[in-house]
Amino acid sequence: MFDDFFIRALVAGIGVVLITGPLGCFVVWQRLAYFGDTMAHSALLGIAIALALQIHLFAGVFSVCLIAALLLGKVSNRSELPIDSILGILSHSTLAVGLILVSLMYWVRVDILQYLFGSILSVSTADIAEIYLGGALVGGLIIWRWRQLVGATVSEEIAAAENLRPVQAQYLLMILLAAVVAFAMKIVGIILTASLLIIPAATVRQFSKSPEQMAIFSALAGVVAVVSGLCFSLFADTPSGPSIVFAALILFIIATLLFKLVHYLRNRNTHHVRLGP
Amino acid sequence: MNSEVKSKEIQLAEARGIGVFRHGRWLIRDVDLRVDRGNIVSLIGPNGGGKTTAAKVLTGIIRPDKGTVTHAENLRIGYVPQKLQVNSTLPVSVRRIMQLTQKCSNQEISGALEEMGVLNLIDSPFQHLSGGEVQRVLFARAMVKKPDLLILDEPAQGLDNSGEANMYDHIAAVRDNYGCGVLLISHDLRVVMAKTDNFICLNHHICCTGTPDHISNPEEYERLFGEVAHNALALYHHAHDRRRNNSKDSVRQAS
Repeated sequence: MFDDFFIRALVAGIGVVLITGPLGCFVVWQRLAYFGDTMAHSALLGIAIALALQIHLFAGVFSVCLIAALLLGKVSNRSELPIDSILGILSHSTLAVGLILVSLMYWVRVDILQYLFGSILSVSTADIAEIYLGGALVGGLIIWRWRQLVGATVSEEIAAAENLRPVQAQYLLMILLAAVVAFAMKIVGIILTASLLIIPAATVRQFSKSPEQMAIFSALAGVVAVVSGLCFSLFADTPSGPSIVFAALILFIIATLLFKLVHYLRNRNTHHVRLGP
Repeated sequence: MNSEVKSKEIQLAEARGIGVFRHGRWLIRDVDLRVDRGNIVSLIGPNGGGKTTAAKVLTGIIRPDKGTVTHAENLRIGYVPQKLQVNSTLPVSVRRIMQLTQKCSNQEISGALEEMGVLNLIDSPFQHLSGGEVQRVLFARAMVKKPDLLILDEPAQGLDNSGEANMYDHIAAVRDNYGCGVLLISHDLRVVMAKTDNFICLNHHICCTGTPDHISNPEEYERLFGEVAHNALALYHHAHDRRRNNSKDSVRQAS
């Protein structure tokens, strides 16, 4: 079954969004969208370092993303600059330095585009195994520490007072994000990685009644985006990574319009009742 | 340095000589604070005097730069923050907020909400609550697992007069029924004087301490609170005298 590149792409893509969906909820809840983007962009630096040191790509990307996240946490507390400026500086400079480093390594022949825009159609069975193993680990950690993660998100103070260790929760979130960036990079590329965290979560927000529900819906929305995006790219012969993000966007627009419509109809009805004799 | 020590020798929580240094100045300095079982300790003092900071240090939310905090072993704290704003992208109902830090049964949840008269809100989105409803829900949440120590930061904020009186009655009732210790931050001296066992007046340092019957440093107390203080004490003594005859009535009077 895994012989077919398209099936492999589907399986890999689904494996990734099942994790980026729930984790992306935290990115939305904690307003970390730019933060996620910065982490993803720093992944190129990780790739360059991994190529130079000839270590596993995942190890390089994961450690650089994690260092970037921890650095950001330290710097943002002390700096005079607002956090979005710091993020902007770090995000683009890591991307630039990464590009320069890769181009300097003339002895390594790499196609930089596959890292920037993803290469989901060329994932191997080994890649899939890696995604699902890592995904199970990340997903397990999220479930195991769910109350702590949500508690720290809702109120750091209450969490700290009642023994939930919010600081530990934030570190855990950074580690999980770094790991997920390394997986998602393969699917949609560095440039678009953050979209898999943000768009599915934003899509299902209005339809969710609890954080748990939102996490599950978000994973499902991601699956729909991957499947429809890949099918679209197959039929329209478009690049697969951007097609998945495009499908996620369409889904977001449909969901938003649908919600607005339901809301409008409901309001109109109550209006009638109020105005009636 | 490990500033938080667990000990079997104290009842609930004790802070000794704590100081918090931020942005080039001491927010609080040389503050001693102790809450025992069945005790209501009130923190009073001017705005920006460090009441919340001191409470957060005792609770363990902030690490002090000086001094030590000691908690009883397995101390369970219920914390009611001054305010709680939840990001509108996070869908949480009141029911879910009740289980924020620990798993609770439906019975425990509805019991705690019922006690605060907000059971009807159980399935409402938390972000849709009014200020007063938020205070009641947060109080119910802190009480849901019957903590040993209850920390309340201006719990009557956003409540109207009768709601406020009600809230303070609840605090006293909770202490009587469960024997927990209470650290209460309040700006309302009248209520504080009616319900508290000990009070500590904080303005970066401890200005005065005492019980409603006895104030350690009356000059400073008067200087800080002036006319209000006088009236509050007068009211307290008035209520206190009547309490012997009709306790419920005096509570109303005082608050």
